[in-house]
Amino acid sequence: MVSPNPQTAGSTPSATTGTSSSQTLPDAVIRLAGNSQDGIQTIGGFLARIAGRSDQDVMTYMTIPSTISGGPSIFQVRMGTGEILSEGDQTDFLVAFYQHSYEAHKSSLRDGGVLIYDSDNVKPDPTERRYTHVPVPITTNTIEAVGGTGKDKGKNMFVFGLIGRVFNLNIVKLHNLVRERFGGRSEDIVRNALMAVDAGYAHPVENLLGHLYRFEANDRAGRNPQVTLDGNTALAYGLIAAGVRYGAAYPITPWTSIMELLRSELPKYGGTFVQAEDELSAISMALGFAYSGHLAVTGSSGPGLSLKMEALGWAVMAEMPLIIINVQRGGPSTGLPTNEEQSDLMQAIYGSHGDAPRVVLAPKDVEDCFYIALEAGRIARAYSTPVIILTDQALATRIEAFDEPNLAKFMVEPKLDLTPRPADFKPYPLDRITHHAPPGTVMESGVYPTATGLEHDEMGHPTGNPALHQKMTAKRREKLKRLGEELPRPLIHGADEGDILLVSWGSTFGPVREASNRLNASGEATGHIHLRHLHPLPPGLERVFARYRQVFVVEINDQGLYGFGQLAMLLRARYANPAIRSITKSDGLGYKTREVVEGVHRLKGAASASVSAFPDDTHS
Amino acid sequence: MSNSLPAAPLAQPGNQRAPLTKKALTSDHPTWCPGCGDFAVLASFYRVLERLQYPQESIVTFAGIGCSSRFPYFVNTHGGHYLHGRSLPFAAGISLSRDDLHVFVFGGDGDGYSIGGNHLVHTARKNVNLTYVIMDNFVYGLTKKQTSPTSPIGFKSKTDPTGAMDQPINPMRTLLNSGATFIARSHATQVNHMIEMMERAARHKGFSVVEILSECVEFYEGAFDAANPRKGGAFPVIELKKNDGTPEDALRHDPADELAAYRLAHEAWPGKFGVFYEINRPTKNELEAGLVARTREKTKNANDLALLQSSFARLR
Repeated sequence: MVSPNPQTAGSTPSATTGTSSSQTLPDAVIRLAGNSQDGIQTIGGFLARIAGRSDQDVMTYMTIPSTISGGPSIFQVRMGTGEILSEGDQTDFLVAFYQHSYEAHKSSLRDGGVLIYDSDNVKPDPTERRYTHVPVPITTNTIEAVGGTGKDKGKNMFVFGLIGRVFNLNIVKLHNLVRERFGGRSEDIVRNALMAVDAGYAHPVENLLGHLYRFEANDRAGRNPQVTLDGNTALAYGLIAAGVRYGAAYPITPWTSIMELLRSELPKYGGTFVQAEDELSAISMALGFAYSGHLAVTGSSGPGLSLKMEALGWAVMAEMPLIIINVQRGGPSTGLPTNEEQSDLMQAIYGSHGDAPRVVLAPKDVEDCFYIALEAGRIARAYSTPVIILTDQALATRIEAFDEPNLAKFMVEPKLDLTPRPADFKPYPLDRITHHAPPGTVMESGVYPTATGLEHDEMGHPTGNPALHQKMTAKRREKLKRLGEELPRPLIHGADEGDILLVSWGSTFGPVREASNRLNASGEATGHIHLRHLHPLPPGLERVFARYRQVFVVEINDQGLYGFGQLAMLLRARYANPAIRSITKSDGLGYKTREVVEGVHRLKGAASASVSAFPDDTHS
Repeated sequence: MSNSLPAAPLAQPGNQRAPLTKKALTSDHPTWCPGCGDFAVLASFYRVLERLQYPQESIVTFAGIGCSSRFPYFVNTHGGHYLHGRSLPFAAGISLSRDDLHVFVFGGDGDGYSIGGNHLVHTARKNVNLTYVIMDNFVYGLTKKQTSPTSPIGFKSKTDPTGAMDQPINPMRTLLNSGATFIARSHATQVNHMIEMMERAARHKGFSVVEILSECVEFYEGAFDAANPRKGGAFPVIELKKNDGTPEDALRHDPADELAAYRLAHEAWPGKFGVFYEINRPTKNELEAGLVARTREKTKNANDLALLQSSFARLR
């Protein structure tokens, strides 16, 4: 019978405790496969929400395909107790709506997994013994339950109820979700949905499974209730908490949902978000907000960030605070607009012309999308600098549950500082960080400042003086070096010295952390550090790297002409440590934990600078 | 509103502020060539600000790149020197987030009609409340004589040594088509006319633009002599309707008549000067403020923390 996913952090198959009526799981990967019009994503969203609300502290991790409408669609949920770090390498439970769903996804099922299929539509291979077959006449049962002319509409609700039964979820919570979701619609719709959920929940699926399941209990005493949301939503609310009230952008996938949310949210806070005519206008308008004394945001995805680069150079030169979000996708050019890649790191750090130092941060998971926005706001204000947040397509769309932030503690009230500036005010002082006097500010000297992209003296006057360009370039560089010195040192997870250190950034955090856990569990002592601050880098890395014989940087980008991924290249250049090598891939998908572990094993024995983690590249 | 921004102190009648004078407004000495038309535009702008008497700290002067775009360095107000062609969206950001400010943008034909052409159209259609002055010299001066979008066919430049071959922009037609709600045309040798046009533009609520023919004595000498009476030309001014019912009034121009404005834009060179078009259309500033007001009414003016807490409560 089904055993829990063995890849879970800190748990082993022996953690399972079966009873006659239910078997306890630490977590389960559930894949729903059907067509997009079946409302599969609705079930996924419901499961995520119910997970977040569950007494058992179930957490989820989801992958959403890019289908707009029609055609095959899947939704994968990993629910469990404790820290869920990745989407899971294999599927424990597959729900197949159609024959094509079955054919396309049966290979994802682990040995001993469970296939639940619509016996009205799917004829599985009768000789297959690798997993348990659970036929359920989903279509017929839905039609019987709902009746009327809706045909099989509501199958998703039936399956939601069915999964509720499989995992002993609380039926009242299922009902509440349905009422909240459809509450605004007609009474008929709510009633039909509830009837379908109840029919699914009443289906005696344990007769075929042998028993039901339940998730391990988890003590959440004293913690905030969980919230369930995707990374773009977390980032947008993080910006609001950081005091951002103004922004401008141009739509591009997968950035767009942030601007959509801010467009409807910011007016509540007295601000606005403008849809600009293009990317150049968007960052220019955002800089206009910033110049006017507001913490402002613009954002985009890869190609759009490229278009913003000239203006980014101005922001560096004029020393304007600004938050720029780049939701990375597969590139170059239009590339893979709905896939995951971390190939914009160099663009974020070095894009634009001239010597233009700026700050680059990356969130590690959905929860961190909220907190990274606060950090970006703090840095932009304190150092009067553009700050780029590098998130990615996977974080943007995936839903996780996490403890609700203590908003009263983190909320930053925006303040427009129009206090008169004293007679000795200098817009660009050489001996301290620039803090602009926004328009509306009385200058007691009678001299009003000019924000400028020309090289300038301390008063903002244009100058081509060689010594001043040298000094001003140093000023813009030194303030970020100072920021680098005050950053927290990254914590080492796992072995704090020894053979291998894994280094991750951005959304590779989860699979790399899980891989390090797995390696440590199998007796291969491995350390892991994760970098949230990519430019400037935090202090102390040199010493951390020196404690390991090999340092493997894991990222989703290409090894390039010189054999190193983008962060690996930077770390090599910065620390001149030949132990730093690279695990990369560019298949447009997030790392599976197994890929990281196998990459480590292959790179360990290899003489090369890097290995590709893409399965077809070097192994079957 | 919990985070409503403190309004900048506006000049009230009876305030003991000293009047704003040219002396207070003068900043760095202009870097333009002797004889450049832009000097007169600058002098006229000082006069306009003297007339308007806005508080000095509430005036913002912005520009892109080009000879004329050096303007903000020569005016002692808050301001800035932004990228080539992008000053309008930057200034829109200022205007839309700070209704207490008076925003002026200066630039040339390359900035406005070429590299920034797209922004001109969209800032105009959005009717962002600001004033845009285009100092059009029909040539790229800062980079020393290349063809500009307004260079006439046959104009010999370093990029068209045998004469420009591309159809030039008709600035007035372009501006009319953009959706700007105030459009005027003037000439840098006609100071009083410039002052009148810029003042009207500044007082207009919405996106106002003044196209000023401003000669580049270095690279396109005599370009605008045909409209300069001192050089043997004529400066025909558009007479605006007075709505006095007289027969001669029927011949005067109705600035709300878009078709009549297009006919003016198509008149033979040098054409006429004055207000081509002026209408009232809600500004984006007003529309956004209305959205904020309606939204906050719905949320019963809840404070920021309560708003965000309620958003998170819905995510539980």
